[in-house]
Amino acid sequence: MLGKLSWSAIPFSEPLPLISTAVVVIIILVALGIVTVKGWWPYLWREWLTSVDHKRIGVMYVTLGLVMLLRGFADALMMRSQQALAVGTAQGYLPPEHYNQIFSAHGTIMIFFVAMPLVIGLMNFVVPLQLGVRDVAFPVLNSVSFWLTAAGALLVNVSLVIGNFARTGWMGYPPLSGIQFSPDVGVDYYLWSLQISGIGTLLTGVNFVTTILKLRAPGMTYFRMPVFCWTALAANLLIVAAFPILTATFLMLLLDRYLGMHFFTNDAGGNQMMYVNLFWAWGHPEVYILILPAFGIFSEVAATYSGKALFSYRSMVLATLAICILSFMVWLHHFFTMGAGANVNAFFGIMSAIIAVPTGVKVFNWLFTMFRGRIVLGTPMLFLVGFIVTFVIGGLTGVLLAIPPVDFVLHNSAFLVAHFHNVIIGGVLFGVLAGYNHWFPKAFGFTLDERLGKASFWCWLVGFYLAFMPLYVLGLMGMTRRLQHIADPSWRPWLLVAGAGAIVIFCGILCQIAQLYVSIRTRERRRDLTGDPWNGRTLEWATSSPPPAYNFAVLPRVETIDAFWEMKQRGRRPVEASYETIHMPRNSPTGFITAFFAVVTGFALIWHIWWIVIVGLLAAATTILVFGWSDDREREISATEVARMERTQVGLGGAR
Amino acid sequence: MRYRLPALVLLAAATLGGCSGGVLEPKGPVAAAERLLLINSTAIMLVVVVPVILATLAFAWWYRSSNPRAVRSSELAYEGRIEFVTWSIPALTVVLLGGVIWIGSHQLDPRAPIAAKAAPLRVDVVSLDWKWLFIYPDRGIAAVNQLTIPAETPVSFRLTSATVMNSFFVPQLGSQIYTMGGMTTHLNLLASMPGEYPGFSANFSGDGFSRMRFLVKAVPGSDFDAWVAQVRGTGAALDEAGIADLAKPGTAPPTTYRSVAPKLFERIMDQTVAGRPKAAVGPPVPQEVR
Repeated sequence: MLGKLSWSAIPFSEPLPLISTAVVVIIILVALGIVTVKGWWPYLWREWLTSVDHKRIGVMYVTLGLVMLLRGFADALMMRSQQALAVGTAQGYLPPEHYNQIFSAHGTIMIFFVAMPLVIGLMNFVVPLQLGVRDVAFPVLNSVSFWLTAAGALLVNVSLVIGNFARTGWMGYPPLSGIQFSPDVGVDYYLWSLQISGIGTLLTGVNFVTTILKLRAPGMTYFRMPVFCWTALAANLLIVAAFPILTATFLMLLLDRYLGMHFFTNDAGGNQMMYVNLFWAWGHPEVYILILPAFGIFSEVAATYSGKALFSYRSMVLATLAICILSFMVWLHHFFTMGAGANVNAFFGIMSAIIAVPTGVKVFNWLFTMFRGRIVLGTPMLFLVGFIVTFVIGGLTGVLLAIPPVDFVLHNSAFLVAHFHNVIIGGVLFGVLAGYNHWFPKAFGFTLDERLGKASFWCWLVGFYLAFMPLYVLGLMGMTRRLQHIADPSWRPWLLVAGAGAIVIFCGILCQIAQLYVSIRTRERRRDLTGDPWNGRTLEWATSSPPPAYNFAVLPRVETIDAFWEMKQRGRRPVEASYETIHMPRNSPTGFITAFFAVVTGFALIWHIWWIVIVGLLAAATTILVFGWSDDREREISATEVARMERTQVGLGGAR
Repeated sequence: MRYRLPALVLLAAATLGGCSGGVLEPKGPVAAAERLLLINSTAIMLVVVVPVILATLAFAWWYRSSNPRAVRSSELAYEGRIEFVTWSIPALTVVLLGGVIWIGSHQLDPRAPIAAKAAPLRVDVVSLDWKWLFIYPDRGIAAVNQLTIPAETPVSFRLTSATVMNSFFVPQLGSQIYTMGGMTTHLNLLASMPGEYPGFSANFSGDGFSRMRFLVKAVPGSDFDAWVAQVRGTGAALDEAGIADLAKPGTAPPTTYRSVAPKLFERIMDQTVAGRPKAAVGPPVPQEVR
């Protein structure tokens, strides 16, 4: 009846996860209780859970990413403290079977449920506004994408209390992740949550490629698109090309695990290296799915806060597309040490080093954007400066690792761990935080507190260097990654410094929470009434803050790059106010309901409860079909209604 | 001279915490060449990276909006000569590094035999849950978790895994290489001087992974022959039962075996040996691992 599920799945004997989960569950129940008592459910359901507005979905993605960042960071603190404690004869407080789950969950969560939602959330919010359009190409599909991602995140967290998570590392290499060596449900939690969220991500890719190629304001040719839209296009093309590889690879591993097949087993002709190849054929493009949009954010930030156009727009676009293509030709550098021949290793090493060329060009272009500018050193600009300084160090160590003989001694070491945190924190996360501070007023109509924003920046920057520079050193001293116990006592001072760095980063996160709290409390003073608080250059600043549901009452007419800046320079009102009826997509619960059944199905698959699997799949399919057969999908906003709304807003078409 | 600064930075970083035999303290030609490559490439890139960092900080500070002395031109959005330089600098750096990569990959190919006066010693390596088995096929002996080799003699390794993937790595001797079930990888190393060098698995392999360590003992050539003779005279023979015992998940103290069942490595490679390990993660971990 309930497959493998029984009371023994709940780890009553392990107080740590049980207590932490109990606390989280109580917080969630209290929050739900408040929502119920205050009668907010209809509002939440109408305005958020069923919303197909790209701005709302973007905000929900970013919220998901920030909440999961707390979970992933809690894992990081446990790893740092275990490695600082378990040195020599000391054993620390986390036994291997527990510690191994923590680093596996940390990696999985940080990549799939922190970095991806943050990046996709910002793309959701910003891209249609920058393109000067009213929504994405497929608004309901967008909602499905978000809720499937949230479903995956939920399943990962369920593994905390029912069963356990994978103990294989976030890459899940077989045969360790095969049924022979990992017979419990941990790997199944990993695989199914990533399969479900992966479908969501693929749909996002389809949606945004279509949006950028097909929906742009009148006059916005490709070479008038903001650079962030170009990087979003490149990232989504990569999603469309790469995510099916991951889905197919995981499907093969699932067949191994569920039906006893032998794609990746040690025996019966299985080839475990095939998994590694396929995983990184997705995995390396994935790195650029994350970093390219961050590059786009920094391009917007550099131009806006320097009061200058981005230096050499065309070479920025060219570099983006070059990285997009090259990112598919370097996957083997993740396993130079698996015994490929010298020619193969040399080819992939050189291809990897070549990616440094377009990336280097980007760095120079940001530098020359700042050159002779009028730089406002607000929080986003600080993140840009911190990013360039940090990222070039990460790039240097990355190229070092791309040299096969150097990789032979640094592969899988703490040096590698330091390198990818260097580019993911210093690149992706700094980019997302710059974008968060930059676009927050557009989303909510008031700016974020600068003082606490800068404090969080300094904590993140200093914390990053304290936490990861020691890992570079430890890697050179011969420390490998994923160690639950440290044999060499001479490594301890460095591990203690790294632990201190994690605490400083924690202060940065606290500053951000405080920043959000203080900003909400003082929002009346920090209202953005112009819609253009930073003297912006692109179209998202041409509408009010927050924008109306339809974004632009009249679609802007684009004649140049930096369309809004040019409009302001020419000193004319961007668009004459003659309104027409606007058609907007109707809200739809399709995404929420589909994802609900996806969670049920995923959970049942993990625990082999086959009848629920069938019911869940049928229900999810029915939900999609019901939506497919409905034709009442649009609502009209009449011209007089638009005129009324525009009178109360400031921005494009309003009184200026 | 060019490399003095980066070399000093790297060495200082490694020595501050007390030396522990990392990749910056090579004890063999492979590791020494890899360290040199590491330092040279770092130096080549620092030539570009350091000015970029300084320029970033300088620009951000000098062109801040409150600086009345800064000369500004909001029109500077394209300049062909600057453009030429911004593409040339990284391109030239990468051309240089590309050469380094091509030559280095071929010279330090793990399969490439090491030229030396002495004939190479053959050692077969098997990773098990969570221990290392070293078979000396030409001497008919074996050892667990200790690798005794003659100094100044090339060692030619064949490697496989009786369990999940692992990576055989002795940082002070150089290159690591993966061990994989049903597959053989090859590696050539040489210890230039006698000494003890820590080795371990560098690819996560389950609950006992952190303890999957061994010691390489490089001894003078004559001492090695004496060691072989001594091993032949003591200890157990490694037969079917012995390998089944080793295959059980858990760590093991350093041990030697006076003889080895014939073609043991090949049979582990072919997955035809008895007592294959079952679930490595499922059952409780033996006490010694904790």
